[in-house]
Amino acid sequence: MLRFVARRLLLLVPVLFGLSVLLFAWVRALPGDPARALLGERASPAGIDRVNEIYGFDRPLLEQYGLYVSALLRGDFGTSIQTGRSVTGSFVDYFPATLELAGAALLFAVVLGVPLGYLAARHQGRLLDTVVVSGSLLGVVTPVFFLAILLKLVFADWLGWLPASLRQDPRIDATHVTNFYVLDGLLTGELDAAWDAVLHLVLPAIALGTIPLAIIVRITRAAVADVLNEDYVRTARAKGLSSRTVSVRHVLRNALLPVVTTIGLQAGLLLSGAVLTETVFAFNGVGSYLFTAITRRDYPVLQGFILFIALIYCLVNLLVDVAYGVIDPRMRAS
Amino acid sequence: MRWTVRSTRLRSFGAATAAFVVGGTLLSGCVASERDESGDGSTFVFAGSAAPKTLDPFYASDGETFRISRQIFEGLVGTDPGTVDPAPLLAESWDQSPDGLSYTFQLKEGVSFHDDTPFDAEAVCANFDRWYQTPELQQTDDKAYYYGKLFRGFESGPTAGNGIYDSCTADDELTATVNLNSPFAGFIAALTLPAFSMQSPTALEEYQDDEADNVLTTEYGTAHPTGTGPFVFDAWNQGSGEVRLTRNDDYWGEVASIERVVVVEIDTPRGRADALRNGDIDGFDLVGPADVAPLGDDGFTVEDRPAFNILYLAFNQAQAPFDDPRVRQAIAHAIDKDAVISASMPDGTEPATQFVPELVDGYADDVATYDYDPDEARRLLEEAGVAGSTITFNYPTNISRPYMPQPEDTFNVIRSQLEEVGLSIEPAAQEWTDYLEQVQSTPDHGIHLLGWTGDYNDPDNFLGVFFGQAGLEWGFDEPGLFESIAAPRELTTPEEQRPLYEQVNRDVMEFLPGVPLASPVPSLAFAPEVEGYVASPVQDEVWNTITIED
Amino acid sequence: MSIAESLEKADGLDDGGVNLWRGAWRRLRRSPTAWLGAVIVGAFLLVALAAPLLTSYEPASTQWAGQVGTSNVPGPSEDHVLGLDRFGSDLWTQLVYGARTSLLYGVISTLIGLVAGATLGAVAGGFATVGGRIGGVVDSALMRLVDIMLSVPSLLLAVSVAAVLGQSGTAIVIAIGVAQVPVFARLLRSSMLSQGQADYVLAANALGLRRSRIVMSHLLPNSVGPTIVQATLNLATAIIEVAALSYLGLGAPDPAIAEWGRMLVAAQDRFDEAPRLAVLPGVAIAVTALGFTLLGESLRESLDPRSRR
Repeated sequence: MLRFVARRLLLLVPVLFGLSVLLFAWVRALPGDPARALLGERASPAGIDRVNEIYGFDRPLLEQYGLYVSALLRGDFGTSIQTGRSVTGSFVDYFPATLELAGAALLFAVVLGVPLGYLAARHQGRLLDTVVVSGSLLGVVTPVFFLAILLKLVFADWLGWLPASLRQDPRIDATHVTNFYVLDGLLTGELDAAWDAVLHLVLPAIALGTIPLAIIVRITRAAVADVLNEDYVRTARAKGLSSRTVSVRHVLRNALLPVVTTIGLQAGLLLSGAVLTETVFAFNGVGSYLFTAITRRDYPVLQGFILFIALIYCLVNLLVDVAYGVIDPRMRAS
Repeated sequence: MRWTVRSTRLRSFGAATAAFVVGGTLLSGCVASERDESGDGSTFVFAGSAAPKTLDPFYASDGETFRISRQIFEGLVGTDPGTVDPAPLLAESWDQSPDGLSYTFQLKEGVSFHDDTPFDAEAVCANFDRWYQTPELQQTDDKAYYYGKLFRGFESGPTAGNGIYDSCTADDELTATVNLNSPFAGFIAALTLPAFSMQSPTALEEYQDDEADNVLTTEYGTAHPTGTGPFVFDAWNQGSGEVRLTRNDDYWGEVASIERVVVVEIDTPRGRADALRNGDIDGFDLVGPADVAPLGDDGFTVEDRPAFNILYLAFNQAQAPFDDPRVRQAIAHAIDKDAVISASMPDGTEPATQFVPELVDGYADDVATYDYDPDEARRLLEEAGVAGSTITFNYPTNISRPYMPQPEDTFNVIRSQLEEVGLSIEPAAQEWTDYLEQVQSTPDHGIHLLGWTGDYNDPDNFLGVFFGQAGLEWGFDEPGLFESIAAPRELTTPEEQRPLYEQVNRDVMEFLPGVPLASPVPSLAFAPEVEGYVASPVQDEVWNTITIED
Repeated sequence: MSIAESLEKADGLDDGGVNLWRGAWRRLRRSPTAWLGAVIVGAFLLVALAAPLLTSYEPASTQWAGQVGTSNVPGPSEDHVLGLDRFGSDLWTQLVYGARTSLLYGVISTLIGLVAGATLGAVAGGFATVGGRIGGVVDSALMRLVDIMLSVPSLLLAVSVAAVLGQSGTAIVIAIGVAQVPVFARLLRSSMLSQGQADYVLAANALGLRRSRIVMSHLLPNSVGPTIVQATLNLATAIIEVAALSYLGLGAPDPAIAEWGRMLVAAQDRFDEAPRLAVLPGVAIAVTALGFTLLGESLRESLDPRSRR
C-alpha cells in the first residue's frame, strides 16, 4: 500500500511540472495584458510600460519562465497583480469557502443519493424506481446556474426562507480562525454564527450538489441492483437471513465500492460547478475569484490557483484509490 | 427594526427546512440561541462591487477603496454635500497668493487623528512631503496615480524636476502654506480627492513602509489606517472581503448615529439587488438599470447621484470612412439618444450634447448639435458614397461601468439604429481588458463605446484625457486642438479658464470625433429604514449622516 | 489452440461485433426510455432543421429594439407569439433558431473532442498493446498529457481555451471540444487495452501480422461501441456547457444571437418582470440534454453484455 501511494505521488511530479509549463504558456497566450487590466480605461502607454517593467513582463519569455520556476521551487507562487497579496495567502483565504461549499454539496448528494439509489434498486421497475431515476436524470441535464437562479428565486426571493448571498450575515461579527465559517463558529462557541453559516450554505449546496446527487443515485442503484443479483446474496436470502441483515452486511457493503469511486470523480465536477454557483450566490470562494482573475489577466493568480486545484484534485483521486483498497481487499493485494 | 425581525422569523422557518435538507441534526440544538437582533439597528451593511485595494488612500485610485477612505479619512478640502463644489473640511479657509503659486490654509481647531495625534500644520506638511517623497517603486500608475497625474512629478525618479510641488511650511500651529512651482488652477478642487486625505504622521511612521516591495499590503495599508473621519477602522477580512468600521465617538463634527459599518463585496448588480431584497444588506451602490424601477416599487429607496460622467461613441478616424466628416455627421444623425437611454440606462438619464457633463466648469450651452434625423443620415451617407457599407462596431462584454451600465444593450440598440439608415454592422465583442487594448492601443477598430467618470471638478479631467494628444483610440492628429486644450492649464483660477474650455467644447463638437451619448445617472438603493444618505456626484458620501430607523 | 483457429476466432469476434449491434438494436427498440429519448432528439432535430419554416422572422434580428426599455419587455402579441426578448428580437424565432445553434455547436464540438480524443487514445492504446517497450513509453507520455488535461476541471479547461481564442462561436466550439478530448482518449485506450488482452490479438501478434493492421482492423472496430455511446452522452454535456460558457460571458460577439445559453443569461436581469425569457430557453436546454442522455444511456445499456442476461 505504502509503495503504491509513494509511486502515485511520484507520478504527480511530471504531471504538475507539465501543467506549470502549459499554464505559463496559456496565461501569456491570453489576449490583453495585466497592466491594462490594472490601470483601466485611461492608462497611458508610459504607465503601462512602467507596470510591465516592475512585474518583469517585458523580459524575454524564457527568462520569465526561469524566474517563475525557480520561485516555484522555493515555494513562492508570486503575488497577485490586482491585489498585491501573495497567491498562497489568497488561496488560503478563499479555498475554505469553496471546500465548505463542496463538502456541503457532497454531503447533500450522499445523504440523499445513497438511500434513494438503494430504494430505487429494491423497487426496480416500479413507480418509485421510475420517479427516482427520471428525477435524477433531470438533475443531470439542468444547467447548474439555471438551477441556482431558480432556487434563489423560489426560496430566497419569493418565500424568503433562506439567505442567498454571502457566506454569513455581515451583522454577525463572527471571529474567524480557519475561514471555514461553520467550523469557526463551533470552535469559538459562537453557535449562532455557525448556524447562520449553515443556512447560507443550504441553497448553494443544493445547486452544486444536484448533479453529483443524480450521479450517486444512478450509481448506487446500478451497484445495488448488481449485488442483489449476485449468487451470494441469493444464498444469504435462501439461508433465511433477515432481509435487513442481508441489505446491510452484503448488499450495501459491496455496492459501496463504485459509489466511493464516483465521489472521488465528483471533485472536478464540484470545482467546475463552484465557479458558476459561487457567482450566482455572491459566495466568495476560489471559483469566483479564479474567474475574476481570468478576466483581469492576473497571471500569478491564474498559474498558482490552477496548480493548487490540480494538486488537490490529484490528491483526492489518490485518496479515493486508497479508500478503494480499504473497502475492497482484492485491490490491496495488487 | 422591522426588516430584521421579519427576516429572523423567516430564517427560523428556513432553519427547519435546512436541517432537514442538510440531513443533519448537526446544529439543531443551536436554534434556541437565535440571536437577539434588535440591537442591530445601528449596524449599516453596505455592498460595493469589489474589495478595496488597500486602506491607504494615497496608493489608490478606485471608487471601492475611496468609499471606505471617505469614512476614515478627511482632506483639507471637501465638497458641498451633493455638489462638485469645493468646500472647507479640515481647512476652514484658504487664500491664494496673487501669483497663484502659494496657498495658505487655516486649519480647523481641536481636531485629532484616531490615534490621538493632534491634527496641525506640522501634520499637513508631513502629508504633503510624504506624497512628494514617494519612492520610485511606488510612483507607478497603479499606486500613486493621482499624485503623479496632478502634481506631475515626484522628488526622485523619472519625473524628478517636473513636479509643481515646491514646499510646505507650518506658519503656526493652525496655518500651513503650500508653495507650487507653476500655477495649477485645479489645485483646490484636486485636494477633494481621497488620495490627498490627511493621515496620521505617527501611525504612518509606526506602521507604514513606503519603501515596501508591496506597499498595498503593508501593516498600515491592511490594518492601521488612521485618519480624522467619523469612523474608525476595525477589521478587514480578506477572504470574505468584509471591511468593518466603528463609530468615532470623539469626532470633531457630527458624530454618526450608526454604531458599526460593514462593507461587503458583491460583484454583480443583480446579486446586490437580491441581497438587499433579502435583508442581507442595508444598501448598495451601482444599481442595474433594470432594477431601479422594481426596487422603487417594492418600497426601497433609490437615490440618484447627479451624473458626473459621459458615455460616447467614438470614431476611429485612422480608418475609412470615418475620416470623412459627412460620415461622422451621418452616424450622429442616425442615433436616437432617447431610445438608447430608454433601452440601456436608468430612468432620469439625460442625453449628452458634448464631451463633458453639465456639472463641469466650461460646459457650453451653444455647441453644434446633431438631432435624430434618419433621412439626413441616409442623405449624408449617400453623398459620402458609403451607403450600405459595413462598419465594425467594438463593444465590451462582462463589464458594467457607472457611465456604461449595460454595454450590450447600448450596442444592440445603436446597431439597430445604424442598420435602419442602411449601414451593416460587424459586431466585435471583447472582454473588458482585451477591449481596452484593442481600441486604445491598436489602430484596428471601427466605432466603439467608451466613457469616463470625473474625479473632481476640472474640465481637463475630461477633455484632456480624451483629446489631449494624438492617440490610437481616435486616430486623428490635430495639433491645434491639442494646444487649445493645454492652454488653459497655464492660468491660475478656474474663472479665467472657463471661457477657454467653453470654446474647446464648441470646437470639439464641430469637429465631431465621436458622438457624446449620455451621462447615465448612477443610483444607490437602500432599505426603507435607512435615511439621510446624501448622494454626491463625485461619490463624496460620508455615512455620519445616515440613520437607521428602529 | 492453433494459430489458424485463433485468427478464425478473431474474425468470429468481428462477426460477433455485428451480432452485438444487431442484438443491441433489438433491445433498444423495446426500451421505453430509448423511445422517449429518440422522440425528444427527433423533435429537436426537426425544429433545428426546419427552423425557417416555423417562423416568418429572421434570427438575431433586433428590428424591434426600440420597443424594449430597461424595465419593460413587451409580452406576447399578435405579431410575436411569445413576445420580444431583451434585445428586441422575436422570442419564438430566437428559440427555434436556438435549436439550430445548439445542434451545430454540440455536434461540432463533440466531433472535435471525439476525433482528437479518439486519435490520442487509439495511438496510445495501439502503442500500449502492440508497441512493445517503446510503445509503453509513448503510451505513458501520451497518458500523462491526458492526466494533465484531466487534472483541470473541464469547465475551467473550456474557459481557458475560450479565453485565449477570443469572443466567437468558433472559440466556444473548440473550447468545449478540447475539454472533451481527455474523456474520449481515456475511454478508447482502456477499451483497446482490454481488447488487447484477448487471445486473438496475442495470436495475431505472435503470427507477425503488421501491427498497424492489427490495430486498424481488429482492435479499433471492437472498441468503437463505448466511444459512440459516450459521444451521444457528450452531446448533452456539450449543449449544457455551451450555455455555461455563455453564462460566463464567452461566446459569439452578437449579444442577440439565437443561442439558448446566451438568451438565458441575458434574461437573468429581467427575471422578475419577464420570467418566460429565462424559463423557456432553460427548459429547452434541459429537455434537449435529457433527450440525448436518455438515448445515450439506453444505447449503453443495450450494448452492455451483462444486460443480455
